[in-house]
Parts: sequence; structure tokens; C-alpha cells
Amino acid sequence: MSLDKATVRRIATLARLDVPDSDLEPLANELSSIMGWIEQLQEVDTTSVAPMTGGTDMKLVWRVDEVTDGGKPDDVLANATDSQGAFFTVPKVVE
Amino acid sequence: MSLTSFTIAEARTKLRAKEFSAVELTEAYLAAMEQGAGLNAFITTTPEIARERAKAADARLKSGSTAALEGIPLGIKDLFCTEGVLTTAASHILDGFKPRYESTVTAKLRDAGSVMLGKLNLDEFAMGSATITSFYGPTKNPWKARNSNADLVPGGSSGGSAASVAGGLALGATGTDTGGSIRQPAAFAGIVGVKPTYGRCSRWGVVAFASSLDQAGPMTRTVRDSAIMLGVMCGHDPKDSTSANRAVPDFEAALARGVKGLRIGIPKEYRPDGLNAEVSALWDQGMQWLKDAGATPVEISLPHTKYALPTYYIVAPAEASSNLARYDGVRFGLRVPGQSLDEMYSKTRAAGFGAEVKRRVLIGTYVLSAGYYDAYYLKAQKVRALIAKDFDDAFEKVDAILTPTAPSAAFAIGERMDDPVAMYLNDVFTVPASLAGIPGASVPAGLTSTGLPLGLQVLTKRWDEETMFAVCQVLEDAAQFKRLV
Amino acid sequence: MAYTLKGETGDWEVVIGLEVHAQVVSKSKLFSGASAEFGAEPNTHVSLVDAGMPGMLPVLNAHAVEQAVKSGLGMKAKINRRSVFARKNYFYADMPQGYQISQYDQPIVGEGTIVLDMPDGSTRSIGVERLHLEQDAGKSIHDLHPSKTFIDLNRSGVPLMEIVSKPDLRSPEEAGLYLKKLRSILRYLGTCDGNMEEGSMRCDANVSVRPVGSTELRTRCEIKNVNSVRFVMMAIEHEARRHIEVWESGGKVDQETRLYDPNRDETRSMRSKEMAHDYRYFPDPDLLPLELDEAFIAKIQAGLPELPDDKQQRFMRDYGLSAYDADVLVSERENALYFEDVAKGRDAKIAANWVISNLFGVLNKQGLAIADSPVSAKDLGALLDLLADNTLSGRMAKDVFEAMVETGKTPGVIVEERGLKQVTDTGAIEAAIDQVIASAPDKVAEYRGGKDKLIGWFTGQVMRATQGAASPGVVNDLLKKKLAP
Ligand SMILES: [Mg+2]
Ligand SMILES: [Zn+2]
Repeated sequence: MSLDKATVRRIATLARLDVPDSDLEPLANELSSIMGWIEQLQEVDTTSVAPMTGGTDMKLVWRVDEVTDGGKPDDVLANATDSQGAFFTVPKVVE
Repeated sequence: MSLTSFTIAEARTKLRAKEFSAVELTEAYLAAMEQGAGLNAFITTTPEIARERAKAADARLKSGSTAALEGIPLGIKDLFCTEGVLTTAASHILDGFKPRYESTVTAKLRDAGSVMLGKLNLDEFAMGSATITSFYGPTKNPWKARNSNADLVPGGSSGGSAASVAGGLALGATGTDTGGSIRQPAAFAGIVGVKPTYGRCSRWGVVAFASSLDQAGPMTRTVRDSAIMLGVMCGHDPKDSTSANRAVPDFEAALARGVKGLRIGIPKEYRPDGLNAEVSALWDQGMQWLKDAGATPVEISLPHTKYALPTYYIVAPAEASSNLARYDGVRFGLRVPGQSLDEMYSKTRAAGFGAEVKRRVLIGTYVLSAGYYDAYYLKAQKVRALIAKDFDDAFEKVDAILTPTAPSAAFAIGERMDDPVAMYLNDVFTVPASLAGIPGASVPAGLTSTGLPLGLQVLTKRWDEETMFAVCQVLEDAAQFKRLV
Repeated sequence: MAYTLKGETGDWEVVIGLEVHAQVVSKSKLFSGASAEFGAEPNTHVSLVDAGMPGMLPVLNAHAVEQAVKSGLGMKAKINRRSVFARKNYFYADMPQGYQISQYDQPIVGEGTIVLDMPDGSTRSIGVERLHLEQDAGKSIHDLHPSKTFIDLNRSGVPLMEIVSKPDLRSPEEAGLYLKKLRSILRYLGTCDGNMEEGSMRCDANVSVRPVGSTELRTRCEIKNVNSVRFVMMAIEHEARRHIEVWESGGKVDQETRLYDPNRDETRSMRSKEMAHDYRYFPDPDLLPLELDEAFIAKIQAGLPELPDDKQQRFMRDYGLSAYDADVLVSERENALYFEDVAKGRDAKIAANWVISNLFGVLNKQGLAIADSPVSAKDLGALLDLLADNTLSGRMAKDVFEAMVETGKTPGVIVEERGLKQVTDTGAIEAAIDQVIASAPDKVAEYRGGKDKLIGWFTGQVMRATQGAASPGVVNDLLKKKLAP
């Protein structure tokens, strides 16, 4: 499976990674070679195999509906680069 | 004999007997850390915390504390969030991040009396097998090949942990293992590394790489030390939905079980054409030791072994691409300004992530994207099920499996960097167990002809760390491996 | 008559599907222990999980699961024994993890039905495609700073049920009735408070049009986050007209997400949500599959209250009410309870009439809920008793009711204060009748000659003579007797 520049551009946009145009070609080659190597999986017959979705076969546990957390905006905001008052900030979003 | 040359088990006895104090032991390590700074094993040292905790440990020892790790100085892989202490995951994108919380595993270690010396270097976000992708520079292996001055990699991603323990800069260290990141560096640095069953150690507060694979574990000088440390690190945590609600066995007690009557599987797929002859020979030697101790070798087949690496390189990047989406410059870490929200995101992430992380995020994004999910991600999950089944079938016939830990000994810093796939092959023997979620340990078992350590890997079925420890102990006793420290 | 819109080329049918986001009534969030309560100070109802801090993990709220199952049972839907939480990956300022935990191909609730009562007495069954659990996002505030958007994560992680209808709705009116009915069911169950102003119920409408008689499905547009039933109806009509215009002018409707502006009654494209829309869903590796056993579901089923449809049937059967009246009375559980209090031991049809025409009229006019009604069920019942025993005429009862609304006094007190007792003393009435008959011999002759309709004139005269205090029934009876030839 080889990835072209447009595909790399598309997935980089999805992943929010700014990739300069000059890097697209080498990146496409590099990712293509990795994907080419991965391609060998296609030879495995997986008909009627159920996918393994997690690392364990345990059952999902539930939590009792109680308020046990929150009320600590200082902790929540402590590491924010540009908090204002009790808010996080981002560049203005126009909807 | 210097204070830094004891094992955890020895130091434990001597601390309780007041042969030396926790403060003395800690000072010895702080001095060793300064001397060994050239290894670049630590990203952050925390001498104040260490001294304070050592002092408190001494007070508790005085009143008769028998806490499992009372006064034991440990290094913490910088993937564990530590309250008030810079936590970086070796990434530029976590610049300045000081969590207001302590990971469950490090909290357990702290509460058992251990002394945190600092935060250890690793591959960025634990993505790598050589500790060369760290934003803070590569870590050097304290081992050198005979007649060579070349700096070697300590393996990865827990390379800082491996180097610090092997080089005498910490008595033990935490590691995390996603595809071999505890076992492979342990082998490269001539120490013991244990990845427990997925679900044994809480992942709460550990920076996530690939959630369905990540497991914390100990890295120590001896098998016994790993048993002691793991006993503290694991246990049920209601804050992690994948943490197992089962009792923690007495791992240390299992060390004396021996291997008499055990059936040891030797998977034929782990001996491909062209396997390094020294690695192959050491593997045979290991089996001979176990045989001598009363075990029976059984040739087994794990037929899907060769597909484990490509499976891993779909599953792990896919999960990582999603896990790393939270590094966006808003709530913590690096922010590169942008005119728009998306520009800020893209610039921040481009500047904050290194090349290997970007590569994996892109692959992960690609294999999950519309039109490719079934061909890659779903396919990989199915092959993963087959790999897990291979082990289930094998453990019908055997009690443990013995393999080499890595296909080679440590290589020079700068080698194998131009070809990502060649680098990925380092994990060929460790990845299958990670995918299956079973426990695995690496024990230093011998040296190459150039004098570099090689490790043997012991695998058992889920939740059977006790058998794993018993086998490891026999190997360790037989190998008489000469540690650096 | 089916709802159609006239275009230049002919009549068009509208095809509508609704996606409703209903906030689950719960104390804490879907995956964290922070409060789910509305309206706190910014970033206070936030745990480090909700803020997407490194290493934080989700743990499922059991009550949210119960609420979802309860809601599913209330819609007679299939409860899936196994469902899976998946990550929906996209970047947005108020979504800290970089993904929303939702359910994708395996939701907790499958197909169900919601029955609508149309004003003409017919019913319409609308298919529910699915109900799934997911987390809400935080809130972006755009007007606090000239160049920045402020983020409050209080809502981040609040549990939502997304309820998706089939494209079975054919008019804005049906869409409105569907929303009201769904809201009614959820409020009966106590699983969502249905408060659209506070955003605990929000609606996305998928709208397309097709020529009448055609069965094709043309391109649909999704109108996001409309927050009142009236606006949903307006938005649908507006959007349908826009589509017809585009198609008829030879254009093509683009599939896109749009925003409804009620002030201008128009929809516009939301480009921000359109960009690179590939959600890369995959099962969340931090959460295992959700498995429900029969006993769990049976217990919830056994605890279900009587739902609006069943209550409506009972009201029709037991009280002889029309389908429409019964539907009006059951839409809110509190209204139905009020009605039953009033109807108990009385003529249920009269009670229904009074509750619907008089009481609801007043509540609607004053914008009050039944809980704040100025007239209690007990007092309204007492008024109906005064009517039934002829103490009050219908006219008088209406006056007393108005006084009750204004003063909050009981009907007994008002009747007392105003001396409003209806004259049922036949002596006094007979005297008045005799007087009227004596004063209008020509009318008497006409009546006796066969002009029956004149009875009304006589009644009016007698009522006037008694200043309205005479019981019309008694007057009528006596008049007929005395006028008989
Ligand atoms: Mg939707
Ligand atoms: Zn939704």
C-alpha cells in the first residue's frame, strides 16, 4: 500500500500536524515502506475470527453514581498556558 | 563494598538492621547520579524529595516499619505522573507540565516507603526501542563492548530505567512495557525486567501510549528485587477499568518453587533463519539449565508469530494517534500560537512531537481512517486474537515458555536510525506476549563474545507471574551473571 | 391529509429524522465522579478525567447505564446485551481528550417505537433507530474577549443519551409531536428532565425533500442543536423550502451541517464542523465491552412506571375520555395525577373538560406548570361538587373559578363571601315564572301553538328576573310544566 502526498496531507490535517510541503514526499515514502511491510497481514486467514478489542478478557466494571470529584478549578487550570480567570482559552473560534 | 552495590533485598535487611540509614543510602545514590550524569539516564532529578522521603523512612524504620520498600531509592520512568514534579514523557509537548496528581503505581511505591530519586529518560511517549527519540537526548548504556569506546543504546523505551539500575544510579526503577519496553532494555543493560499480566498494574496516571498494551513493571538487578517491587506496584485500582480485581500473590515466596516437573515450551518460530548464533546458543544454554533443575523441554508452535510485529504496528499507533490527541496546547504543555484554533493545534503538535511520534500518529490516523479501518485496524484485531490463541493453545501443553529477549545485544547510538522497520525488529520476541496480554520477564543470562549482556525471556499464562518468577530464579541462579554494579 | 409543500414544479414531501441529545438525570458524570449539575462556576464541576489530563482514565457510571436501559424499555426498544464504547476522534476546543467517548456500531439500545397522537384522532408510529450513551462536550464562550474563545469544561463528560429516529417523520407538526412525546416518556421515566432551555434536551434535524409520490431519498442536511420544539418545526419548514428552491432551480443540495437562526428564520452552513470529517471510530481500549445480564434488565423493567401510552389507554377505558383528551391529560405525569385527583368520585368527563379547557387555559396563559397551579386539585374538585349538587350554575362556577385563580381561596369561601348560591327553591322560581307567563300571553300562545324554540326566551326572562341565581335546570323543568297546554 503506498501513500501519496495528498493522502499524507489529508491524514496530517486530520491529526492536526503541520507538515511543510517539502516534507510530504519523504514522509509519503517512509510511511509507504512501513505500510508495505504491514501489508503481509493480508495473507492471514481471519475468516470467522472475532476481533480482540482490548488487552484483557475481563468485564467492564461500573462506578456508583456519586459525586466524588471536582471543585478544584486551581488543579484543573494549573498547567494551562493561557488561562484567563477560571477559563481555558483558545484563539477565537468563529462558528 | 559501596552502598550502591546492594540489591533491594540486601538493602532492605541492612536498613532494618540499621547497618546504614535510608539517608545514607540515598546520599550515596544522589552522589552516584551526579557522577553518572553522562549517561543521561535522568530527565529530572529530585534530590530534595529524595532526602525528605529518606528522612521520613528513617523515622519509620526507627519505629520498626517493615514496609516493603522502606528507604529504598528508586528511579521513576518519566511516563508516570508525579505530583508537583515535572513529567515530560520525554516530549517537548509536555514542557513545564507538573501534574497535580500521582500515578497509582508511584503512589503505591511511595506509600511502601520508597525514595524517589528522579524521573528517568525514555523514548518520546515510550515510542522506540533505543531511548534515542527523547527530546532530552539519548541515554547511554553503561555497558561498552570490549575494545570499543562507542556509546551503546540502553534499549528502549525504558532506557533511562535500564541504564540507571545497571549503572548503579538507582536501586530499582519503574518501567512501562507496550511491546517490549521493559524486557528489551533490561536485556540490553544486563538487568531483570518484568512486564506483568495486562491488568495487574493500574494505568491510572501513566501517560498513555497504547492503552490495550501498556503495562507498568519493575526493572531491578535481581529477580528477587523484581518480585519485591512488583508486589508493591500491582493490585486492583477502581480508577482503571482494565485493572484486575484479584488478590496480589506473594511473588517473593514463589521464587523458591523451582522448576522441577515444569514443562518449558520452546517455540520453533522464535528461531528464524539467520538468528544471531550467540543468541541462539544462549537460548539452548538456558533450556539446559532448566532441564538440569528438573524441567522438561517441549517444542511448541506459535504459528502467528511472524505477524505479531505488523499487527502491533497497527494496533499501537492507532491507539496512540487517539491517546495523543489531548496534547493540543490548551490545558498543559507547549503552545505555539496560531491565528486560528486549527493553526494553533497544528503548529503546537508539529513543534511538540518528534519524528517517530509523528510517524506513528500518522500511521495510526491512516489505519483508522474511512475506508481503511477494516483492512488494517479490524484485520489487526483479528490477527491479535489469533496470536493470543496461539499462546492459549501452547499453555495447554506447557507451564512456561523460554525465548531470547531480543535478537541482538545493544547496538551503537546512531545505528539503525534510517530504517524504522529495522528498528521495529528489535521487539520481534517481546511483542507477541504484549499483544496476548500475558506476563513476561527478561533475565540477564550471558554475554556476547564482545562482552555485552544478553537476556532470556520467560513467558507464562495470564495471572501466572508466580511460575514466571520461579523459572526466572532458576535461570538467574544458573547463569551467575556478573552485573556492572 | 398528508403535509406537502407546493413548489413551482409540483408538490413536495418532506422526510425528517431527528437526533435528540437528552441529558441523563444523574448525580455525576458518565466517566468521572464530578458533579453533572447545571450552572456551577466555570471549571468547578470538572475532574482531571473531564479535563483530559495525561494518564486519566474513564470509569463508567452505573446509573447512566440503568437510565439508558430504562429509556430504551420506555420506547419498547431492544436492549443490547453487549454494547461497546467507541472513541469518536476529532479536535475541538471544548473537547479535551481530542475524542468523544460514544457508542458506534454497538449501541446499548436498538430499535424501538414512539407513537404519536395526531389531532384528527389518528396515530402514527415513528421508528427509533437506536439510543446510545455518550459524553457531552464543554462550553465555548465567544463573547468575553476580542480575540479569544473561553472554555468551560463543566459540561465535559456529562452523560447524554443520543436518541436517533428513523426518517419516518413527514411534517414539522409530526416532528414537534415526536419531540413532545419523547420528552414526555423520558420525564415519566425520570431519565431526562427535558429542559430544552438549559440544554438538557437538544435536537438535530435531518431534512430532505422529494416529489410527492416518489420514494427516493435525496440529499439531507443536518440542522444542529435546535433548542425548542417551536424552533425545530420552524427550522424544518424553512430548510425544506430551501431544498425545494434549490432542486427546482436545477441545483443540487449539498450534504452539510447547518445552523438555524430563529431571529432571521434561516439556516446557514456550519463550515467549522465540516472540515475534514472522518471520525475514525474505534472501540475505546480504556473501557471493556458493556455486558448486561437478564436479571439487570428484568429489574428495571419491573420498576417502570405507567407510561403515557398506557395511561392514555386507561383514561379512555376507565373514564370514557376521547383519545385526544386522554393524550392531552397524560403528556405530563403531574397533569395526569392532577386530573385523576379531580376525577376521583366525580364525573370524569366533566373533570377532564374543566382541567383541559379551564385549568390548562389559565396555566398556559400564565406560563405556569401544574406544580405552581393557583388552583389545587382538591379545590377544583370541590367546585365541581358545587356544580353537581346544583349549588352553582355553570355560569356561576366559571365566575367562582376565576375568583379562585385570582385569590387562591376555596370555592366554598368564595360562594359564601359573594352570596352566590344558586336559587333552587322552587317557590321563588315558580313565582318568577308565573310573573313572566302573566306578562307575555301572546308568547305563551305561540309556544303552546308549537313554537318550541321560545322556551329559550322564557328561560332567559326567568333568569333575568332572578338575577341569574336560579338553577337553569330547575327553571327549565318548571317552565315546561307550566307552559304545557
Ligand atoms: Mg448527531
Ligand atoms: Zn451525539
